[in-house]
Amino acid sequence: MQTPEQIKSLIEQNVPGAQIELVPNGSPGGPASILIDSDHALAATTFLRDAEELAFDFASNATGIDWPERVIKEKNKVKKMVDGVEKEVEEITEKKTPAFLETVYHLYSMSLSTGPLVLRLRTGDRGQNNHLPSLTPVWRSCEFQEREIFDLFGIVFDGHPDLRRILMWDGFKDHPMRKDYVEPDDYEYEPTPHDDVLEKAQRHYAQEATV
Amino acid sequence: MTALAEPPVMHEAPPSGTIWRLAEDRSSFAGPTDDRAGGLPDHDLLEVALGPHHPSTHGVFRMDVVLDGEEVVRLKPVFGYLHRNHEKIAEKNSYLAAIPYTDRLDYICSMTNNWAYVMTVEKLTGFQPPERAEYIRVIVGELTRLFNHACLVGFLLQDMGALGTPLMYAFREREKILDLFESLSGARMMCNYMRFGGVRCDLPDGWIEEAKQVVAEFPRFLDEFEALLTGNEILLVRSQGIGVLSKELAVNAGVTGPMLRASGVGYDLRKVDKYSIYPRFNFRIPLGQHGDVFDRYMIRLLEMRESLSILKQALDTIPAGPIVDPKAKQRGLRPKAGEAYGRIEAPKGELGFYVVSDGSPNPYRFRIRPPSLINLTVLEDMCLGHTIADVVIILGSVDIVLGEVDR
Amino acid sequence: MTDEIARKELEKQGVVITSMGELYNWGRKNSIWPLQFGLACCAIEMIAASMARFDIARFGAEVFRPSPRQADLMIVAGTVTKKMAPQVVRLYNQMPEPKYVIAMGACAISGGPFKQGYNVLKGIDRFIPVDIFIPGCPPRPEALLDALMALQKKIEGDTLRGANRPRHIRPDAPSEFPIPEFGEHDLVPDKNPALFHPAAVLLEK
Repeated sequence: MQTPEQIKSLIEQNVPGAQIELVPNGSPGGPASILIDSDHALAATTFLRDAEELAFDFASNATGIDWPERVIKEKNKVKKMVDGVEKEVEEITEKKTPAFLETVYHLYSMSLSTGPLVLRLRTGDRGQNNHLPSLTPVWRSCEFQEREIFDLFGIVFDGHPDLRRILMWDGFKDHPMRKDYVEPDDYEYEPTPHDDVLEKAQRHYAQEATV
Repeated sequence: MTALAEPPVMHEAPPSGTIWRLAEDRSSFAGPTDDRAGGLPDHDLLEVALGPHHPSTHGVFRMDVVLDGEEVVRLKPVFGYLHRNHEKIAEKNSYLAAIPYTDRLDYICSMTNNWAYVMTVEKLTGFQPPERAEYIRVIVGELTRLFNHACLVGFLLQDMGALGTPLMYAFREREKILDLFESLSGARMMCNYMRFGGVRCDLPDGWIEEAKQVVAEFPRFLDEFEALLTGNEILLVRSQGIGVLSKELAVNAGVTGPMLRASGVGYDLRKVDKYSIYPRFNFRIPLGQHGDVFDRYMIRLLEMRESLSILKQALDTIPAGPIVDPKAKQRGLRPKAGEAYGRIEAPKGELGFYVVSDGSPNPYRFRIRPPSLINLTVLEDMCLGHTIADVVIILGSVDIVLGEVDR
Repeated sequence: MTDEIARKELEKQGVVITSMGELYNWGRKNSIWPLQFGLACCAIEMIAASMARFDIARFGAEVFRPSPRQADLMIVAGTVTKKMAPQVVRLYNQMPEPKYVIAMGACAISGGPFKQGYNVLKGIDRFIPVDIFIPGCPPRPEALLDALMALQKKIEGDTLRGANRPRHIRPDAPSEFPIPEFGEHDLVPDKNPALFHPAAVLLEK
């Protein structure tokens, strides 16, 4: 199978204007993934499916990831002049990561028995710009999985034939798999060491006392 | 029922011969219009909600069906009645704490669920399970496949009207294998047996002999089963030519497992991915020709025979040695930031786990790729034009477990 | 007690004496028809209980009815999700009296391992009255048989008159319970306050 770098250049040659980035993967031996801009996603994925040397005819897995804005603290050793002497000082820099929602597709080729190619699409932010092109026209296996992402993460897929909630009921307002989802307060005490569970139980009884 | 307006075209039909619906209208009860069926006829139609409480939906599954007489003209599956938030709960807890939850995904085959998850974490961390652990995994995995397929055939025949007998035969065999699992792990169904880089405990004394005994007796059950069922006229009439799934659609819709192979696509992860120690064993992949319910039924019977062959080889050659990677950490595991996607050939199809780590003690993202849910993508395509009684059989031949469909 | 001795003596002579209530309970307890109703993992063990090895037919409860109209016993076998809860309550309401409920497994009792889930109902006793609880995840088929025998004992003790008579022969006691509706964030209401009384809890700060 081609490396992600080769696939990147193949897409760039065949889909004019496509902006592709490689996203590294920290796990041992894990393949880097390919980030495609959403305007060219449909053309690029159609190419990936139909190109004879790639033939990614099987989209195994489609899922979403929520990336809220996070502050990442980085420790860097910096050489600084302290009291006229050059010293190595640890400096903590704070970096804010952008907030966005992401979909991840794992592609395989059944005819060539190759894979996986990890494909990513990102939304503009977690609020209004939560639209992405649907890949269901390319691989029908994405149909229910994209409905699930819409339901649980709130990504709107343009071009999906039947975008409704799939797991929760229709009148449900939240997107439970987002990191900032607040669960309904329906909790009785359960002796568990988890701090957040205990906290939730405490909140529950504090509320009940005021009612 | 009022005629539906001309549906708006939302996107172009994709090239290269995929079968696709052009557009759908979501306003009606069962939703979309469908161009393959040539639109809805203009006389009166009957709309039925099959489920979520229905004896033949294998759990709490619902199908919104539109009927023209007895013929199905629309079918929309409705999910979520067993949505137990596996993914959210796993993201709140540690890596180790997710293992018992995987038991409850496809609650018939807990061992293979464990396996897929620990394999994914092993990819993420680089742990190497020792030889003996791999053998144990293959043995319990194939035992799981045996009783999953036997039960599936029992349930399928139950849907065809053979109340009791085939299912009772299947459960009789299942109990024998569950006894093995119980002596191995302490639990009948929810084994919670595998650990990162190995398995939780070694085989008890005499387990191999007992397992060999079960494996040696199993072909007799299969012969009995086949003599009882396969030539049966009712089974042949009710399954042949019913619910045909084409190769192209099966691949494009991501159908995996016995269903895909019944449509004639030779894609078995045990051969393709060569995970664990499967390349050491000699076994064949049965393929269907027609992709109908009968082929799906036969594939299961043939796969059981191949599993028996793997089991015989594995039980004969299992080496002694450690059962867990000494470098592996169970409690307080904090993999480096990164992600991994692991998949195995579970009895129902490709079971995948996608785990994203951000370096903290609990997974940042924990995703289960459920074969049952994705195999249902083609349910409507298989059911259109058949009668409502066939819908039940077609659903039975897909082999779903709702714990995995809804998670 | 003399009645009991006289009765035994008469039985030896082939004369059986019984009361209306005893006869009624004897008939009911030996033909409990469960609703064929599986929710999750526990349903598989429920099926196993009805199969050859465990054979629930020994207790007269093998007639699993698909229709609630013909069933006496609802075995809530598995996790009740919030999406499924209204249907479970509706099925219960459709069953004719006298009706009984067994909450099988940790999930049906309290949400069990899935208690942290946003879509999981934390126990079916929030909406319908439960007669027998079986712990376990899942309970073994023997546990289900044990629950069935406990239920039989309970039926045996039912009286036809008096203040302790069971719900189904008290005209003032409800036979149907309100069905919750889907809200924007949760079920509305999230429990039936007339039915559900959780134990008082003191939380340590």
